[in-house]
Amino acid sequence: MSLAMVVLIAVLFGTGTYLLLHRTLTRMVLGVGMLANGVNVVIVATSGPPGEAPIVGREGTTDSVPQALVLTAIVIGFAVTAFLLALAWRNWTIDGNDAVEDDVEDRRVARADERRVVDVPSAEDVEL
Amino acid sequence: MNALLALPLVLPLLGAALSMIVRARAAQRTISFTVLAASLGCAIGVLAHVASTGEIAVSSLGGWPAPVAITLVGDRLSAMMLVIAIGLLCVVLAFAIGQRASDERSPYYHPVYLVLSAGIAQAFLAGDLFNLFVAFELLLMSSYVLLTLEGTDAQIRSGTTYVVLNVVESTVLLTAVGLVFAATGTVSMAELPARLAELPDGVRTGLNLLLLVSFGIKAAVFPLFFWLPDAYPTAPSSVTAVFAGLLTKVGIYAMIRTETLLFPGGESTLLLWIAGFTMIIGVLGAMSHVEMKRILSFHIVSQIGYMVMGVAIGTEAALAATVFFLLHQIPVKTALFLVQGIVERETGTTAFDDVGGLARRSGVLAALFLIPALSLAGLPPFSGFLGKYGLVRAGFEDGRYVIVAVALAGSLLTLVSMTKIWIGVFWGEVYPEVPAGRVGILRHHRLMSGATVVLVLATLAIAALAGPLFDYCRAAGEQLVDASTYVRAVVGP
Repeated sequence: MSLAMVVLIAVLFGTGTYLLLHRTLTRMVLGVGMLANGVNVVIVATSGPPGEAPIVGREGTTDSVPQALVLTAIVIGFAVTAFLLALAWRNWTIDGNDAVEDDVEDRRVARADERRVVDVPSAEDVEL
Repeated sequence: MNALLALPLVLPLLGAALSMIVRARAAQRTISFTVLAASLGCAIGVLAHVASTGEIAVSSLGGWPAPVAITLVGDRLSAMMLVIAIGLLCVVLAFAIGQRASDERSPYYHPVYLVLSAGIAQAFLAGDLFNLFVAFELLLMSSYVLLTLEGTDAQIRSGTTYVVLNVVESTVLLTAVGLVFAATGTVSMAELPARLAELPDGVRTGLNLLLLVSFGIKAAVFPLFFWLPDAYPTAPSSVTAVFAGLLTKVGIYAMIRTETLLFPGGESTLLLWIAGFTMIIGVLGAMSHVEMKRILSFHIVSQIGYMVMGVAIGTEAALAATVFFLLHQIPVKTALFLVQGIVERETGTTAFDDVGGLARRSGVLAALFLIPALSLAGLPPFSGFLGKYGLVRAGFEDGRYVIVAVALAGSLLTLVSMTKIWIGVFWGEVYPEVPAGRVGILRHHRLMSGATVVLVLATLAIAALAGPLFDYCRAAGEQLVDASTYVRAVVGP
C-alpha cells in the first residue's frame, strides 16, 4: 500500500469526522460523503499491489474481490448521501433552518429538572 | 433447499418492484400479504428442515462453489429468527392497515416495507460479512424512508439523527469488513474462524472491537444507544413496533454470530460491563419519562442488555437462554408498542398528563397491555420469566454473580416503570372525556386489536410451549458453541 493512499485515507476520515460533528445538515452531508469515500479507498487499498485486469488465463492479475465490494459500497454510499440531501432540503423547506434541533421531549425533561431546582429551596436558604 | 433459502430474500424484492408499479392501494396490500405469506411458508420450510435433520441448510447462489458464491446459511438460530421476523411483519402490516394512518396510505409504504422484509431476511441468512453489510444497508435504507415517510418537523429532526448515526455505523462496519479482508483474504464466515485464529492477538482484538462497535450501534447497547429513544417515538406506532421488535434484534443476532463463530470468547469481560450498564441505564431512562412510547423505547435498550449478557457469558446454556430470550422478546416488545398504538389512535396521545383510566373503558385492552408488560418484567408464569431464569441460571453456573445481581435489579426497575405506565394510562379517572354512546375501545379498531391479540397469544404460547421451544434453543446453543459444524456445513470437511 503506498503512502499516498494512507495519507488520503487519513485525510478523508479526519475531515469527514470533523464535518459530521457539526450541527449544520449540509456539513453533515459533506462529512458523510468524505467518510464513505474514505472507506472505499480503504477497501481499494486492501486489494494489494496493482496488476493486470482479472481475466481467466492472464498472469499477475490483481485481486478482483475488493473491486466487487467497493463497487457495491460506492452505490450504497451514493444512495445514502442522496437521501440525506433530500432530508436536508425538507428540513430547509419546513423552517428555513439548516441546523439539527434538540429533542423536544428531552428539552421538556431538562426544563422540568430546572424548575424543580428553582422550586426547592436549597439548604443554605433554609438556614438563613 | 437452495430455492427455499433464497425465496424469503428474493420474493419481497420482486414484490416491492411490482408494488411500485401498480400503486393501487388494494393491489399493494394484496401483494404485500401474498409475498409475506409465501416467504413465511418458505421460512417455515427451512425451519422444519433444520429442526428435523439437525443439519445446517446452505445455499450457494449462482451455482458457484461455496467461498466464491454468495452463500446463504440457515442454522437453527437463523431459521428461527427468520420465521418469527416474517410472521411479525405480517401481523404488524395488518395492524398498520387497521391504523388507517397516513403513512400506510402513501404509495411508497408497501414497497419499502417489503424491502425491509428482504433486508431482515438477508441479514439472518448472510453467510459472509459483506453480505451482512449489504443486508444492513437494505434494511436501514428502508427504515430511513419508513421513519420519515410523513415528512413532519419532528420526523425530519429525529430522522436526521437516526440516518447520520446509522451511516456512521455502516461506515464502521464497512471499514471492519475491509480490514478483515486485508488481514485474512476472505469475508466468508465459514473460512474466517480458521484464518482469524492465525492472526496476532492485537489485530484480532482490533477487528473484533470494530465489528462490536458497529453492531453495538445497531443493537443500541450502552454507550451507543442514545439515538434510539430519540428516533423511534416520532414514527407512526406500526413502524416503531417493527423497528422495536426486529431492528435492534438484527444487531444482537450479528453480535451472537461474530462472538460465537469468528471471535469465540473474545471480549467477554468488556461485554459483561456493557450488558450491565445497558440494562440499568436503559431502565433508568425509562423511569424518567412520562410518555408511554418513550418509556417503551428506553425499555428496548434495557432488554438488549440481557441478550448481551448471554452473549458475554458465552456458555452453551447462556447462548440457549439468549436465543430463547430473543424468541420471547420480539413478540412481547412489539405487542406493547401495538397497545400503545391503539391508545394513541383512540385518545390522540399517550402522555400521562393527557390520558388516564383506560382500564375502565376497556378491560381487555388493559389485559393486552398487562400480559406483555409483566412478561417484559420477567414475572412468572410469563415467557420473560423463563428467558431471564435461563440467563440467571447460566450466570450462576459460570460464577458471574455480579451481572446476575444487576440483571435482577434491572428486572425490578422494569416492573416499576411498567407500573408507572399502568398508573398513568390505565388507572384513575377516565380522561379525556368519552363522547356519549361510545362504549369500549377495541370494537372500534377491530384490525388493530386483532393483530395485537395475535401477538399477545403468541407470547402466551411461548410460555405454554416453553419445554419444546427451550429444547430447540438448547440445540441452537449447541450449534453456536461448536463453530466447526458451521464451517463443515458450508465449505465441507
